[in-house]
Parts: sequence; structure tokens; C-alpha cells
Amino acid sequence: MQRYSGFGLVKHALSHHENWQRQWRNPTPKKEYDVIIVGGGGHGLATAYYLAKEHGITNVAVIEKGWLGGGNTARNTTIVRSNYLWDEAAALYEHSMKLWEGLSQDLNYNVMFSQRGVLNLGHTLQDMRDIQRRVNANRLNGIDSQVLDAKGVQELVPIMDCSKGARYPVMGASWQPRAGVARHDAVAWGFARGADARGVDILQQTEVTGFKILDGRIVGVHTNRGDIGAKTVGCVAAGNSGVLAKMAGFNLPLESHPLQALVSEPLKPILDTVVMSNHVHGYISQSDKGDLVIGAGIDGYLGYGQRGSYSTVEHTLQAIVEMFPIFSRVRMNRQWGGIVDTCPDACPILSATPVKGLFFNCGWGTGGFKATPGSGHVFAASLAKGEMHPIAAPFSIDRFHTGALVDEHGAAGVAH
Amino acid sequence: MFHIYCPYCEEHREEEEFHPKGQAHIQRPADPEACSDEAWGDYLFFRDNPRGVHHELWVHAVGCRKFFNITRHTVSYEILETYKMGEAPTVTAKSVSEKDKQAGVQAATGGWQTVGARPESEALNDASNQGARV
Ligand SMILES: Cc1cc2nc3c(=O)[nH]c(=O)nc-3n(C[C@H](O)[C@H](O)[C@H](O)COP(=O)(O)OP(=O)(O)OC[C@H]3O[C@@H](n4cnc5c(N)ncnc54)[C@H](O)[C@@H]3O)c2cc1C
Repeated sequence: MQRYSGFGLVKHALSHHENWQRQWRNPTPKKEYDVIIVGGGGHGLATAYYLAKEHGITNVAVIEKGWLGGGNTARNTTIVRSNYLWDEAAALYEHSMKLWEGLSQDLNYNVMFSQRGVLNLGHTLQDMRDIQRRVNANRLNGIDSQVLDAKGVQELVPIMDCSKGARYPVMGASWQPRAGVARHDAVAWGFARGADARGVDILQQTEVTGFKILDGRIVGVHTNRGDIGAKTVGCVAAGNSGVLAKMAGFNLPLESHPLQALVSEPLKPILDTVVMSNHVHGYISQSDKGDLVIGAGIDGYLGYGQRGSYSTVEHTLQAIVEMFPIFSRVRMNRQWGGIVDTCPDACPILSATPVKGLFFNCGWGTGGFKATPGSGHVFAASLAKGEMHPIAAPFSIDRFHTGALVDEHGAAGVAH
Repeated sequence: MFHIYCPYCEEHREEEEFHPKGQAHIQRPADPEACSDEAWGDYLFFRDNPRGVHHELWVHAVGCRKFFNITRHTVSYEILETYKMGEAPTVTAKSVSEKDKQAGVQAATGGWQTVGARPESEALNDASNQGARV
């Protein structure tokens, strides 16, 4: 793997940038792998990367039906935070946050992780009580988190309407300074390049159409490019996880919904942090390119169509303009949707399944981008050992039968 | 944007008047106390979530406020029928794929497109056929 550096940039400038190495190969599928990862989004690629890097398992394939990151990974609004309420969730997301902090160096790939802080606004007394409780829980877990009042919020974001005259006045917020945003497709590409350099085969345009199961054990997958054998298979397919589970003969407690986002025309720098509001339901940040990145809520109905309702977009923009009257004339450039796999307790599923050797990593729903490195890291350890990593263990499918849910609706809700 | 026919108002109205309420025809266990943890968990949390034909409950929230059912395709989003509470659907995953077969459309067996109105594989939607395929 050709390492990237400032010196390299100068060197390649001399040859007009025509001799850059390809970031990953386009290999022909082998007959058999030790591990197959289904789904070439951030989580799948991170899993393959850590399998190779930390566990020395390099006879691995990542099978992706489309292109890398073309699922939710490159459709999300890139908010990264770890201020979750419950210990189990906080451990998982904070593990991820720590990996984010060294990720560009580790991958030798600029994922543009920018710790510009995230505000979660409170608009009612109950919002503020919940924020107090969550911030206290965060601090007990060693996660940086503060409660701000309306004045504190106004100081951070002078352009926001924090007046008492607003339709839903801002009463305060939780503030996580280490939170922020990252460049989504660079995350997929960085993990792909690192995995490929260690011998992982990345197979794009290859769709898993079924599983080969012998005596209750996984032995491989069917694909549109033929059958491929494997001792262990990890499915990391977000919105399509339920479809894959059915192929393997069991159900998951997931529902797939459309979730939309939109970006505006590029503006001069105007918003240097991330603002989220569960109450009016809108969240917004400004990308380095200058466009405002705005996330909507899910559509309430099931959908696999990667597009959503116009009314949902309209509600979101109403909330944004309510919070930021200054944006009322900004024009929107593009709008799109992803398919999010929502779980009843708003927490992911990282789990063994009724089929031996077949594992699922899914249910991240509307908020899994932030978990990409951590999820890949603990899932790789679980696949390597054949049993779930301690941080992943509370997130098994069993919890929907034992009742040991990790109910993050209060802290995560529909937010990201 | 959906244009939904309310079987009670007997009129088409805009999506904004309605709320989706999840999968239809879920039976509450007759004797919850007698349920195993498995059966109770399945009832509470596990849903069909098909990529294809789906029967779902909606409420005409700012109209007649009545609940009713919709059969809808979850990839094309096409509404195939709406029907009252207590009625059975006339359009199902099976009937749709039969119709397409007659019309010469190839029913997918496992493979599908991201966007477009291709019906799901019959085998996948048929609840009795959820055994592993080897
Ligand atoms: C609009 C929007 C905004 C969001 N905002 C945020 C946010 O601000 N912060 C945050 O933390 N999270 C956010 N999320 C959620 C986040 O994007 C996801 O949780 C996360 O990216 C999931 O990553 P993944 O790698 O698991 O899935 P994906 O990136 O979806 O990857 C799954 C891959 O599996 C492939 N696949 C599926 N079926 C098959 C098959 N049969 N064979 C082969 N390949 C298959 C798909 O093509 C896809 O590429 C948002 C999501 C959306 C849609």
C-alpha cells in the first residue's frame, strides 16, 4: 500500500497526479474464505479491516451488492457523538468515539473527523430533566457532557433563535464538545483500502442471494457470481438485514423505514457546530464544502425504496427555519433517502444466530454512522473468537425474549 | 406522496391526513399469562418487514379517525388495495407474483433491484417456507 503524506502529494504533483495507485483491487472471488462479510458499508468494511489488522485473519471477503458505502454509509448526515444514556450503549458508542479520535492516523486516510461539538436542544421542562439525567449518566461513564442554559446555547450559536418568542423556545441543551462530524465516504474508502492492503478481497457488484447451511452450520453463501464457501459469515446489511435473515430461516425484530436528508447550496461558513433537536425534529450542520446538511425524520411506513415522503422534508424544513430564521431563503440542492433498520429499543443487534457460524450486526437504525469503527472493532473480535465481545454481548437478539432491552429511546429517540 | 382511499369515508385523501400504524392482522395472544417468553417476545417485537407486498394498519387521523388496512408494495410503494378492519386482504404476495407470472414478468428468486416494482420471490414472502435453503 502506497502511504499518503504531504511529501507524497508534492512528489505526485511532479507527475501531474497520474501515477496514484488504485486504493483497492477488484479481485475475482475465491472458492472459499475463512470469513465472509455481507455488506460493504462502513460497518462491514471496518469489521474486515479489524479482522485483518487485530486478529491476523486475512482470508476474508467483503461482498457488496452495489458499490462501497452506497447504502446508508454515504447517505447519512455524519453526526458522531457518544452521549447515550444507558451503560451498555454508552460503552459501545464511547469505544467508537475513542477509535474515531485516532482513525485518520490509523488508516493513513483523512476521514476529516472534526470534533466541533454537538448540541442536543431542550424545549420543554421534561426535555431539560431528561438532559440533566443523561448528562449525569454520561459523566459517571467518563463521557464529556455538559448542561447548557439558553444563554450558553446562544453564545455557541449566535444565529439561532433562542428568544422566548420562538414557537418552541430553546430552554437549554446538552453539549458534548468531543462530538462532531466526519466525511462518510472517506470512512468507507479508508477502511476498504486498509483491509485490501492486508489481503481482504472486496467484491463489489456481488449480491448474496442465499445461504448454504449444513446441519445447522453455515458453510457458505449463494451469490449472483456463484457460490462461495466460508466457515464464518457476518451480515452487516443495515436496511436489508431482515431480508437476509429470512433467507437463513429466522426473523429479526427489525423494521426497515425510509430516512431522508438534504443539503443546501454552499454558503460561507456560518455554523461551526452541530445542532440537533428531538422536540421539533430537525438537525443541522455545515459541511466543509459549505452546504448545510439537514436530516429529516423517518417515514412511519415500511419502505425499501431509498426515498421518502415530501411531507417529511417539509416538516423538517419548518423546524429548521423555526430555529434558524436566517436560513429561510436558503435554497436546497439535493435530497435523498436511505433504508434504516430500526430496532424496538433503538439499539443495535450484534449477535450470534440460530445458525452456527452466522452472525448479524444490524439494527443501527437512524444512528449507526457514529459507531462505525467501534462496531467493526467489537464485531471483528466476536467473529475471530466465535463468541461475542463483552461490549457487544448485551446487544444479542435474545434480549427481545428475555426482556433485557437497552432502551435508548429517551436518549436517542429518532435522533442520530 | 400517497393518495389514500379511506374505505370508511369512501374518498381519496392526502397522505398527511393519515398515520401508518405498523403491520396489520397481528393477533394478541388469547391468554398472555400463559405465553412463553418466546411467544410473548415474538408478539411484541418481531415483524414480517417484507421487501415486497405488505399488509399494514393505518388510521385516518384527521378524517374519520378510524383504523383500516392497506396492502402496499414496500419497494415501489404502490398501494394495491385498502380494506376495512375485520376484512381479509384480496391482494397478497402470492396473488401478485401469480399475476406477474401470467404477464410474463420474471419473479425474482432471491435477487432484486434497489428501486423498481419487481415483486419479491414468492418463497421469501411465504411464511410457511422459511426453512433454510442450502
Ligand atoms: C438520511 C440518513 C441520515 C443519517 N444520519 C446519521 C447521523 O447523523 N449519525 C449517525 O450516527 N448515523 C446516521 N444515520 C445512520 C447510519 O447511516 C447507519 O446506521 C450506518 O451508516 C449503517 O452502516 P452499515 O455499514 O451498517 O450499513 P450500510 O452502509 O447501509 O451498508 C450495508 C450494505 O449492505 C449491502 N447489502 C445489502 N444486502 C446485500 C446483499 N444481499 N448482498 C450483498 N450486499 C448487500 C448494501 O448494498 C449496503 O451497501 C443516518 C442514516 C440515514 C439514511
